[in-house]
Amino acid sequence: MAGEQLFDLTLSEDQRITRENMRRFAQSEIRSISKKADLDQALPAGFLRKAADLGLALLPIPEDFGGAGMPRSPVSNVLNAEDLAHGDFAIALAVMTPQGFVNTLVDQGSAAQQEKYLGALASEEFVPATVALMEPRATFVPEKLETKAARQGNDYVLNGVKSMVILGASAKFVLVVADAGAEGPQAFIVEQGAAGVSFAKEEYMGLKPIEVSRMTLENVKVPASAKLGEGEKAFNLQRLVDLSRLAACALAVGTCQAVLDYVVPYVNERVAFGEPISHRQAVAFMVANIAIELDGMRLLVWRAASRAEQGLDFHKEAYLARVLCAEKAMEIGTNGVQLLGGHGFTREHPVEQWYRNLRAVGILEGAAAV
Amino acid sequence: MINLELPQKVLTMQQMSRMGAQTFLRPIARKYDKLEHADSVPELQPLAAMINGRSGNAATAATAAGKKEDGIKNANNMMGIVSTAEMAAGCCGLMLSIPGVGLGNAAIAAVGTPEQKEKWGKKYCAMAITEPGTGSDSANVQTTAKLDGDHWVLNGEKIFCTAGQRGDAIVVWATLDKSKGKAAIKSFIVEQGAPGLHLVRVEHKMGLRISDTAALLFENCHIPKENILGSPEIADTEEARKKAFGGVMQTFDNTRPQVAAMALGVARAALDITYEVLKKEGVELSWAGSVWSVPAIEAELYRMEADLEASRLLSLKAAWMADNGQPNSKEAAICKAKAGRTGNYVTLRCVEILGNLGYSEELLVEKFARDSKIIDIFEGTQQIQQLIVARTVLGLSSRELK
Repeated sequence: MAGEQLFDLTLSEDQRITRENMRRFAQSEIRSISKKADLDQALPAGFLRKAADLGLALLPIPEDFGGAGMPRSPVSNVLNAEDLAHGDFAIALAVMTPQGFVNTLVDQGSAAQQEKYLGALASEEFVPATVALMEPRATFVPEKLETKAARQGNDYVLNGVKSMVILGASAKFVLVVADAGAEGPQAFIVEQGAAGVSFAKEEYMGLKPIEVSRMTLENVKVPASAKLGEGEKAFNLQRLVDLSRLAACALAVGTCQAVLDYVVPYVNERVAFGEPISHRQAVAFMVANIAIELDGMRLLVWRAASRAEQGLDFHKEAYLARVLCAEKAMEIGTNGVQLLGGHGFTREHPVEQWYRNLRAVGILEGAAAV
Repeated sequence: MINLELPQKVLTMQQMSRMGAQTFLRPIARKYDKLEHADSVPELQPLAAMINGRSGNAATAATAAGKKEDGIKNANNMMGIVSTAEMAAGCCGLMLSIPGVGLGNAAIAAVGTPEQKEKWGKKYCAMAITEPGTGSDSANVQTTAKLDGDHWVLNGEKIFCTAGQRGDAIVVWATLDKSKGKAAIKSFIVEQGAPGLHLVRVEHKMGLRISDTAALLFENCHIPKENILGSPEIADTEEARKKAFGGVMQTFDNTRPQVAAMALGVARAALDITYEVLKKEGVELSWAGSVWSVPAIEAELYRMEADLEASRLLSLKAAWMADNGQPNSKEAAICKAKAGRTGNYVTLRCVEILGNLGYSEELLVEKFARDSKIIDIFEGTQQIQQLIVARTVLGLSSRELK
């Protein structure tokens, strides 16, 4: 019961065990391929299949539909995002994206939709599924969508352009968020191969290893039953946006932790003027400030996630987490490069890659909702 | 289980503190800021009676806040964060002037013998560490203490002693033997009126004006032999010496989060007044869009709220660790660093946002800004906190990272 619960930062036994598995996977399977995937702009064949063994998408799917039937836990998802992003931000984002689709269906889908789509996602394979919310323009905010959904008899017709669709064309299911006029923003499940849908690869300064696409919808017809939720019950866009922002923030925490863990041995070993550069306050204080701000970021994300998990309103907490994480992640990213000097600018070291990925934290909307 | 909400019992304490602060402190905050050096603040007596009555039950406070079957506790340290923040939001200067709750009291409670606690526990005890030539390097204390029969004889000068004028007694750091370094530093209880204790002056300050910050002179100051806190022995091995002074420094792990809480309070107070004034101008937070799609003033308020929330949660974390017996030196320094600078940033920005109203003495925002400055200095400056965090994270000694 809220109010009786004590303030507590102790992970549950389950979370501790999962944490070990995630960290091991992040180190041995993600970090090891991160650089090459960034240069190749592609994941190695079979990687996502291997990632499916983590079972992330399966967790919240009810047992009736072939899932693990675990209770929805934004906190556990946040911890997983942190741990996976310690390996690589972009790859962790791709791994967690189908889970975002699943979580949104568990939270807001009708029984019929859950049966149909969650059943398909409860697989040992990696089933790509994603959310298309962003649109390609400056100062995009989720509250103002230019993609339109028009009711026609028993169907909706979707028109518009979506951007930063993670997993893009490979996605079996895309949850497209569109402005449905008087009905407000609504979300529609669009299946792979639907007529009128086309994808084009988008190139960004970061997120190189994974598929990020622009999705064009031209008179795409979907049945009213593809609209998320039941009957007149309004789609809760805010919830999706907040949970996806928390995902991006948690990924940022993991990557910033990677920055800290990388610069500490570097500045302790790098010698200038006869001693390690870490012996200089100008350098040491930069490292201290990474540690200080990183801990603050983590606690804001945890608080918002724990409120979500307890069924409390968490919009303001998620909003503040986003504000802090977007700003501090950039600061930590750029200081990670700075601490390595010219070496940090080269692709010999991962800090420049992490910096490019961290730029996405304040921009991403809709993906990987925890 | 991860939960960052405060339990009902802590929230109740918060409500009580808020009511006390808003009833007793806030209405007289400006008056005493202007008056500066009062001998005492009579309006604080009822509050002091309430607080001292409550601390008499300190033994039960740990359970009052709650304890779970798995042993996790929300106890005194967390209660302290919450109530200190509320009191500082009333007026930080007045909070530090409440009789009976001095830093010296904390030291006696931590290391005093049962007899010392009995004798001094109910009195108002100040703490004197800083000297004209010794600030952050508190191991460099020059004040000396020498045993002379049944008395200790103290010689030296102390500055920046909060409650040094109004306190009933002062806990003084002095060295038994300068050549033996940190391990020879001991603390002594000096009662007001002790022969050889002189009040040199009370400082004029930028903020916390009502709080008496005294300069004291000890001229062959005689105190009873039993007034030493802890053992009079000087540790003779390097290891034991380190441990002895480390024990002294450890008290900062408990006090730093409480000082961070003062910053939480003044920043919250400045923000709340700012919202009140802005509301009349039609400016309110929408909590929508992004910081790039709202007016600059709104975006700045979100940034302040985010930094303040980070400071708050970091302070609660450090306190929670202390309550649960986890070593928290790093976390105590982290929260003090973050809250200290955030207090400055938020209060000064509020002054700026409110324009001439913020700068004016009509409102209390400018006072909170002045008060906030010292919070980033005392109990370890911003730079000292960064140094501690850096040494811990980098695994460097104080010799390697100076």
